[in-house]
Amino acid sequence: MTVTRELGEPAGRAPMAGEPVIEVRDLRMRYGSLDVLRGVDFSAHRGEVLVLLGPNGAGKTTTIEILEGFRIRGAGEVRVLGVDPAKGDESWRARMGVVLQSWRDHGKWRVRELLEHLGCYYAPYATPERSRPYDIDELIATVGLTEQADQKLRTLSGGQRRRLDVAIGMVGRPELLFMDEPAAGFDPKARRDFHDLVHRLSDLEDTTILLTTHDLDEAEKLADRILILAGGRIVAEGSADQLARRVSAEAEVRWSRAGEHYVHSTGDATGFVRELFAQYGEEIADLEVRRATLEDTYMALVHRHESGHAEEAISL
Amino acid sequence: MSSVIMGASRLGARRGVLEFKQTLSTPWELMWSFMLNGAFLLVLFFQRSHTVDGSPLALLTLPSILGMSVATGGLQGATSILATHREDGTLLRAKAVPNGMVGYLVAQLLVTALTTVFGLLLVLVPGLFLVDGTTAAGAGGWAAVAGVLALGLLATLPWGVIIGSLAKSAAAGFGMTFLPTVGVVAISGIFYPITALPGWLQWLGQVFPIYWLGLGMRAALLPDSAVTAEIGDSWRQVQMVGVLGAWAVVGLVIAPPILRRMARKESGSAMEARKERAIHRGY
Repeated sequence: MTVTRELGEPAGRAPMAGEPVIEVRDLRMRYGSLDVLRGVDFSAHRGEVLVLLGPNGAGKTTTIEILEGFRIRGAGEVRVLGVDPAKGDESWRARMGVVLQSWRDHGKWRVRELLEHLGCYYAPYATPERSRPYDIDELIATVGLTEQADQKLRTLSGGQRRRLDVAIGMVGRPELLFMDEPAAGFDPKARRDFHDLVHRLSDLEDTTILLTTHDLDEAEKLADRILILAGGRIVAEGSADQLARRVSAEAEVRWSRAGEHYVHSTGDATGFVRELFAQYGEEIADLEVRRATLEDTYMALVHRHESGHAEEAISL
Repeated sequence: MSSVIMGASRLGARRGVLEFKQTLSTPWELMWSFMLNGAFLLVLFFQRSHTVDGSPLALLTLPSILGMSVATGGLQGATSILATHREDGTLLRAKAVPNGMVGYLVAQLLVTALTTVFGLLLVLVPGLFLVDGTTAAGAGGWAAVAGVLALGLLATLPWGVIIGSLAKSAAAGFGMTFLPTVGVVAISGIFYPITALPGWLQWLGQVFPIYWLGLGMRAALLPDSAVTAEIGDSWRQVQMVGVLGAWAVVGLVIAPPILRRMARKESGSAMEARKERAIHRGY
């Protein structure tokens, strides 16, 4: 998917087409005597949506903050938009967006007022290909805050605040967007809207997105690629489907016949079911084929890591 | 200065004016200011009948209060804004935007200055009606008031920025500035002449800007005959500019690296930790 997108890119649109937007090699970080990151490697390409999963304390936030230039790394090589984040200047900063977990800042500002103000800082960094900032009313509509546009921030609900956080991250029309647990506290409708928004950003705006979440369902829906971070390393990487196959190639088939229930694990579910019908025909009822879900995969990988088999890291 | 920085400074100025207006339209935020200045006016009211060396005590106190208000406005204003904004994430937002810190700083310095002037007016305007003899200052006197105000802000604002950068929370920032300020005010000849204090306290009081700001305001607003209540029967304007200038220079040299160091350490997780602590505390 990524590859097709890159080939389909009009020539000369990106100053560094082909070069990864994020490149991380052997990233290490240590707090005191605690190794938080122990050699993280990954890269992200234009328009890709990367989801970083991992248990609490695995180093997700540390990784993101290093890439954002908010934290100085211990060791390793990091390039973000072609620049070392520790040396990124303001024109580098202008090309990325950071979705922060807001709390009670700017309570007296109105939604449109704040977005307009923050957007102005990006105006000097507009390019012919990428106008900056975003059209404010369009942006407000995109995150579904049109009705709240003239409301003060302190009157917004938690979910509305969160959507404003996303809008603030987008206001400079970033080439790269970082989101640390963006959809925490969204209701189901807001969550679905947010997912549409992420897809639109990556498809239409060609924005590269790196986000963390604890919601595996969300990861599966959004990610072009999932990275699982455990014990300071990427222990697995791939699409949800690839990860599932890697952990368990088997699918579980359940059915009933003549009032009795059966379960069978098989590597070839389609073939097995075909045979089942050939043999018993209409006697088969309650058929269910279940592949390992991302949750099964995630649990298996994290468990494998925690029980000391982290060395068998999986990479696809 | 590059044009981008200029642009960000202009955005900051716009932001400062907007935030000051927001403060004016949230009266409960000004409660403290109204109460404090109301208390000062009450002091002036009761001091009207006392005289020192022939002039009413209130006439000496009014300019002294103005001087003190410049110092507290600059110091506590900057401290509380910075510490609050670190805690609530305003500062982190500024950091995530290109040149956002430039705009942020310009805005907050402007807000502090405007708020300080507003506080001065709250006590000055009623004070002019309450205390006889204050209108005698003339244009030169008011120009001197503006000069002392500017110098006073330069001498105290950077220190507010420094303390606000070091404080762990808004409450800690308040704790670090409030009591020491009250202590210094007590030995700075604000509510009674400094000459009434023992010699060593007079010396200590003269180390800090508050005494000199009070003196500067008295020099600007009082008739020359009032100079007899001062140390050495002199307005000592050269020393005043010298001491306030020294505080300003040292503050302006120390503040930027401390501010930069603090800003560099700001991150989402640092903010989150502070938020957890604040929620735990319950405010």
